[in-house]
Amino acid sequence: MIEAQHLTKRYGETNAVRDLTFTVKPGIVTGFLGPNGSGKSTTMRLILGLDAPSEGEVKVNGKRYAEFAAPLHEVGALLEARSVHPGRSAYNHLLAQAQTHGIPRSRVDELIELVGLESVAKKRAGQFSLGMGQRLGIASALLGDPEVVMLDEPVNGLDPDGIRWIRDLMKTLAAEGRTVFLSSHLMSEMALTADHLIVIGRGRLIDDVSVDEFIGRHSKHVVRVRSPQATELTELIASPDVTTEAVEPGLLEIEGLTAEQIGATAAAKNIVLYELAPRQASLEEAFMDLTRDEVEYQAVTPAHAKDHEGALAA
Amino acid sequence: MSAITALPTPIVRTRIHTSRVTQVRVALSEWTKLRTLRSTRYALLTGVAMTIGFAIIPAFVNASRWNNMSASDKAGFHPLDTSLIGVTVAQLAIGVLGVMVISGEYSTGMIRSTFAAVPKRLPVLWGKAGVFGLVTFVLALPSTLIAFFAAQAFLKGHSLNGHDIALSFSDPGVSRAVIGGALYLTLVGLFGLGLGAILRNTAGGISALAGILFVLPTVMSVLPSSWNNAISPYLPSDAGQAIMRIGHPAHTLAPWTGLGVLAAYSAVAIAIAAIQLRRRDV
Ligand SMILES: Nc1ncnc2c1ncn2[C@@H]1O[C@H](COP(=O)(O)OP(=O)(O)O)[C@@H](O)[C@H]1O
Ligand SMILES: [Mg+2]
Repeated sequence: MIEAQHLTKRYGETNAVRDLTFTVKPGIVTGFLGPNGSGKSTTMRLILGLDAPSEGEVKVNGKRYAEFAAPLHEVGALLEARSVHPGRSAYNHLLAQAQTHGIPRSRVDELIELVGLESVAKKRAGQFSLGMGQRLGIASALLGDPEVVMLDEPVNGLDPDGIRWIRDLMKTLAAEGRTVFLSSHLMSEMALTADHLIVIGRGRLIDDVSVDEFIGRHSKHVVRVRSPQATELTELIASPDVTTEAVEPGLLEIEGLTAEQIGATAAAKNIVLYELAPRQASLEEAFMDLTRDEVEYQAVTPAHAKDHEGALAA
Repeated sequence: MSAITALPTPIVRTRIHTSRVTQVRVALSEWTKLRTLRSTRYALLTGVAMTIGFAIIPAFVNASRWNNMSASDKAGFHPLDTSLIGVTVAQLAIGVLGVMVISGEYSTGMIRSTFAAVPKRLPVLWGKAGVFGLVTFVLALPSTLIAFFAAQAFLKGHSLNGHDIALSFSDPGVSRAVIGGALYLTLVGLFGLGLGAILRNTAGGISALAGILFVLPTVMSVLPSSWNNAISPYLPSDAGQAIMRIGHPAHTLAPWTGLGVLAAYSAVAIAIAAIQLRRRDV
């Protein structure tokens, strides 16, 4: 269980995290979704106490992380930023981590096997590929048999096999009753892995919702229409419930009407259609729309204009 | 890399409820970290080699030329300084290693793993200082002893005014100076560690260390001599090296006072690091 209360973090002028309140429950996979620069990694560092919040607080299983006698048994984390000395072997890295808690060497061997690094365990971690590095990070996260597993963009750098493996791993961990919290900037990844979503944009909470509900709410039906009389058609179907977007001259994307309705209206007024194609907007687009709104909302506040640019650049 | 193994179910239910973070465990972890980096081993080896090598070479050279040396050269020859000159060379290797014991974790990101495992943070600083200090002393002490006895072996049989120039370990002040050389190296290493922890940056830490140990004394020498004489004895290098001197030249501190001053510098650097460590973001 992770509970954030009004969690806020500023780095100088940058508001990385703003007034975040959320709870991550055990037994399910909770996705932490937000575009790059939205504050996911910062939130995770705050959870681990690596950074101190400017305001608010975050607790894990009822306590601040630093208060635990055996922190690695509470939270196992894979951070986004590199957290391994490249000159040390994978085995020795894990051993040094294990020794802080008196975790036996047999456990280190077990995890090396679990993540499939046996053949390279004695090699220096600096020689690892991105994917091997991620696996070492996951081994490190699971070392203490943690109640909460927190992974920041874990599928980065993994091949399709590795990605599937992570998904299975996270589902298994959740099924064991653990709290699984994983971040991603990809909605498609979340749709496949997560049960619940915490969505943030510009450091603010946008949504805290089950994946099913999010998909139901945000999948929208758009009809693509190609017509030499696009402008005429746009005026004809205009109504508060209908959104029409001119993608290019002569090409419209219409939301709020079915293909049948549009076809019938056009026929009644003798408007020529070259194309009339219903399609479902992807979740990725829904998510982009959602967070774009947040970005634009923030952009009108002059005080935040600077970090808004940073977010777009990120 | 081998294929990923199928997931056993349940995966990792092996919690050991008795295990928790203790200072001893953190120190053991720091020992593992120290010994498993190639750069640490090289730096320590360099320190040992310099301590011994820079004692043997001048002792050998002086001994073999002794009969051809002028009377004033002979009078100016210090058999003890010759044995311990290597310490002042080795201090750079040990000091730099001290800086890197911490700054290396910041530059590589390892510090995040370290503080995720030990979020109270201070046990890490104590563990690093304790383990690094102990390892340095355990290597430095035999090094200064070997340096001393090897150098004296070369000098033996050469005399000045009818006395053999070689010193005995039991001569007044000699054992203190030789053991003190190892303590000096240890304290310089810890001073470097403190600087590394404050600055969190290898280049910055090494520059600060080299500046304080080597540049500052030179800068002082351009000050009016009354100022220089008043300040210089209290600089870390000058103060600490008092432990390796026999007799008590003007404008130097007494041996143990001097070493105490160096110890105070190291302690203050580590204390500042400790205060910052509790407050600052990683
Ligand atoms: N240590 C830091 N110092 C200054 N700014 C930071 C720091 N960490 C993150 N930021 C800024 O905070 C914002 C959120 O970053 P981050 O948490 O990394 O987002 P995400 O993980 O969602 O991509 C970004 O604008 C980033 O530039
Ligand atoms: Mg991130």
